[in-house]
Amino acid sequence: MSITKTAPGAAPSLRPARPRTGERIIEGTLLAAALTSIVTTVAIIFAIFEPAIEFFAEPEITLVEFLTGTTWTPLFAASQAQFGVLPLVAATFTTSWIALAVAIPLGLGAAVYLAEYAGSRVRSVFKPTLEILAGIPTVVYGYFALTFFTPVVLEPIFGDSIGTFNMLSAGLIMGVMIIPVVASLSEDAITAVPQNLREGAYGMGSTKMQVSTRVVVPAAFSGIAAAFMLAVSRAVGETMIVALAAGKRSNFTFNPLQDGWTMTGFIVDAAQGDQPTGSIGYESLFAVAMLLFVITFVLNIISIRLVRKYREEYE
Amino acid sequence: MSTLTTTRGVDKAAALTGAPHENLLKERLFRGVLLACLVFATFFLVVLFAYIIIEGAARFDANLFLNQFSQISPETAGGQSAILGTIYLGLLVIAITVPLGTAAAVYLEEYATKGSRLSRTIDVNIQNLAAVPSVVYGLLGLGIFVRVIFGEPTLLVGGLILSLLVLPVVIVAAREAIKAVPPSLREGSLGLGATRWQTTWKMVLPNAIPGIATGVILAVSRAIGEAAPLVVIGVGLITFNPNSLDDRFTALPILIFDTAKRPQEAFQDLSAALIIVSLILLIVLNSTAIFIRNRYTRKW
Amino acid sequence: MTTSPNPTTGVGVPTSAPKTEGPRITLEHEEHGDRERAPMDMIVRTEDLDVYYGDFWAVRKVTMDVARNQITALIGPSGCGKSTVLRCFNRMNDLIPTARVEGHVTYHGQDLYAKNVDPVEVRRQVGMVFQRPNPFPKTIFENVAYGPKVSGVKYSRSDLDDLVVEALKGAALWEEVKAEYKDKSGLALSGGQQQRLCIARAIATEPEIILMDEPCSALDPIATALIEDLMQELVTKYTVIIVTHNMQQAARVSDRTAFFTANLDDRGQRFGELVEYDYTAKLFSNPADSRTEDYISGRFG
Repeated sequence: MSITKTAPGAAPSLRPARPRTGERIIEGTLLAAALTSIVTTVAIIFAIFEPAIEFFAEPEITLVEFLTGTTWTPLFAASQAQFGVLPLVAATFTTSWIALAVAIPLGLGAAVYLAEYAGSRVRSVFKPTLEILAGIPTVVYGYFALTFFTPVVLEPIFGDSIGTFNMLSAGLIMGVMIIPVVASLSEDAITAVPQNLREGAYGMGSTKMQVSTRVVVPAAFSGIAAAFMLAVSRAVGETMIVALAAGKRSNFTFNPLQDGWTMTGFIVDAAQGDQPTGSIGYESLFAVAMLLFVITFVLNIISIRLVRKYREEYE
Repeated sequence: MSTLTTTRGVDKAAALTGAPHENLLKERLFRGVLLACLVFATFFLVVLFAYIIIEGAARFDANLFLNQFSQISPETAGGQSAILGTIYLGLLVIAITVPLGTAAAVYLEEYATKGSRLSRTIDVNIQNLAAVPSVVYGLLGLGIFVRVIFGEPTLLVGGLILSLLVLPVVIVAAREAIKAVPPSLREGSLGLGATRWQTTWKMVLPNAIPGIATGVILAVSRAIGEAAPLVVIGVGLITFNPNSLDDRFTALPILIFDTAKRPQEAFQDLSAALIIVSLILLIVLNSTAIFIRNRYTRKW
Repeated sequence: MTTSPNPTTGVGVPTSAPKTEGPRITLEHEEHGDRERAPMDMIVRTEDLDVYYGDFWAVRKVTMDVARNQITALIGPSGCGKSTVLRCFNRMNDLIPTARVEGHVTYHGQDLYAKNVDPVEVRRQVGMVFQRPNPFPKTIFENVAYGPKVSGVKYSRSDLDDLVVEALKGAALWEEVKAEYKDKSGLALSGGQQQRLCIARAIATEPEIILMDEPCSALDPIATALIEDLMQELVTKYTVIIVTHNMQQAARVSDRTAFFTANLDDRGQRFGELVEYDYTAKLFSNPADSRTEDYISGRFG
């Protein structure tokens, strides 16, 4: 019984594999596309580190002063310029922790409700709400913080101790902006917890609250931790809300009622000033950006490690 | 005969009905607190929208679309250049991210050896890029695209850096869409003697289109709402409409940012009206994405 | 006896033989295997138990009682409702939104489905072991301590530890984990060990009844044998109701067996009903109902 179609007696007509050049070219193109992510990272690192290194190479500037100094006036004339970045870091820290204090509890609470308690009708109303909140441009949040939240909500409460520009307003509104990030990722993590874990807990006489808090949320920890870390990154990297509402005063303070210049706020403001290429002012932009990049990079590494560690324990 | 009760048994049974009122109160409170989180977010959204509409409705008129921005007569100024600029940017981002993102996703899902050093490096990179603040993309644009390559913050530069910003989103969405196509489809195609690319192009991608489209639309929605990268590369206000990729441009978020900073009420109202335009864009895009997702995504 | 209201579906219940009211139960003194049975002390019984999923009358008119310190097995082909009936004993069906239970389930004379009964409390007194082992991603200690901790009773550290050790011993797991039970994750155990961990977890709340829903179906034969031996020990302290699709297992371990079957109603939907309920030895050697005989001899199922 022959399975080939050749004439009886002839050799089988299976030719050896030809190199399919068309396929190779396509694969190469696709690979190039995939490599853009690596190229982008390299480009970012290069674009930022090169001027940043120039910055630190300037005779007036030392890394120590940069990291520990509390006056930041790099755009001043050379003799009066100071290069301590701590005011920016303090402002970023202040606005971020306020934002996270809002976003993490509210986001997690919303996620637990959506995943464990909400019926399909409730979900169909509230999930789009979160998606819309996530899509609103950050300038809109900034506008709201500056023109409504500060004058209408905060000033009546705090009176004269708060100014038009303050970190509390920016932080709180930023927090609301980040709620959907926390809620959506946490909800994914919680719904991924297998149902039989819940059943086991119910079977032993747990109330719903006990099942949610003692079994489900701990089991979803790795995903929830990833959500939190992403929220932190978003808070640290947020620009427009602080640019509009937090102010421009380079002042080393942690007082949320005061105005403050975050790292991102500085970058945006200074870039608008059209610094000549190669000047210290121009380079300072990149020095701050480098610090920002390092911070978010470290946060990302922590996030990956956290997720990996807890996922192993769970599986 | 059989006894259904013993004294100890009766005690046990009685324990079942011990009033769990304290328990119930805690449960209700817990549920209420969780719901309050969700309700708060909705409440905020309602207040935000209401405020914007109240502030901006008066200026949401024909002038908004027909006129250019003017510093001296804000009452009749419009945002034509900005609106056009935003639309052009959106189209540019689609044109760049769809092929680039889909190609990258196809490579990672169909061609790369999973778990190899290369794919893991690419994965880590994509994850990292998604967490990088948008200002940093702006600085990439400033340092390399503007200062070195193109010289000016043109429409092309704006489109490029916004595309890079949202590319991770598109890649992830495309990968998910491709992953969702069952292996049996691929095996069937390959088993009939099709090449890998033929299988991808004819079998996998057509079925992944709804997922990719949803991801792209959401990415574009995000990209056109960004102001920070554009501000950093030097995009300011212009009063003419861009005609080519090499022209300077402006965009809605930039105009909103600029007008919001001016304390005069006329500018504030203009800002709110422009925000209404951008919110309309947002809702249209989001609804389209949801529509596509619901209508066309196949459950295998 | 009150009968439950008619469902909106299902007019007639097709049966192949005229049924007497309820299944057949023989209550004379009988010896079974090694255990001599004094007059049986029924601690939980059902009366005309019906389970609905929405409009669908899924389990019909189950009347049976379960004796203390016996192993009662529920057997039958798939789709006959035996798991559903099992889950009525600890109100786990409450967790399914469309499920509705009618008729009575009485525990020491108390109707489990009465309005003022707290299902959470029911589940503390009626423990459950599931088909696939489901330990929590926590340490062995934390797994077993979970039930006592959520019960609201305050335990001192040493009391809790004693409780955990006792439970692990009672589940024949202690010897294997005593070196590391405070650190080792429950998930790091083998399948059979995980199931015994789940048993330890269940008995830590000192229930009276332990429900087992096909506890060995995901395990290898050696682990299965271990658990079957364990059941013989457990039954000296607890009452065990086990659902199993493995007839030989029922024949090996149980004192009494209830045979369920699946029928088709006139809408073509499967529903379950109790056919025969008797001492295991009798049911398997000389069943009263022909359907039981058919199932046992392998003619269907």
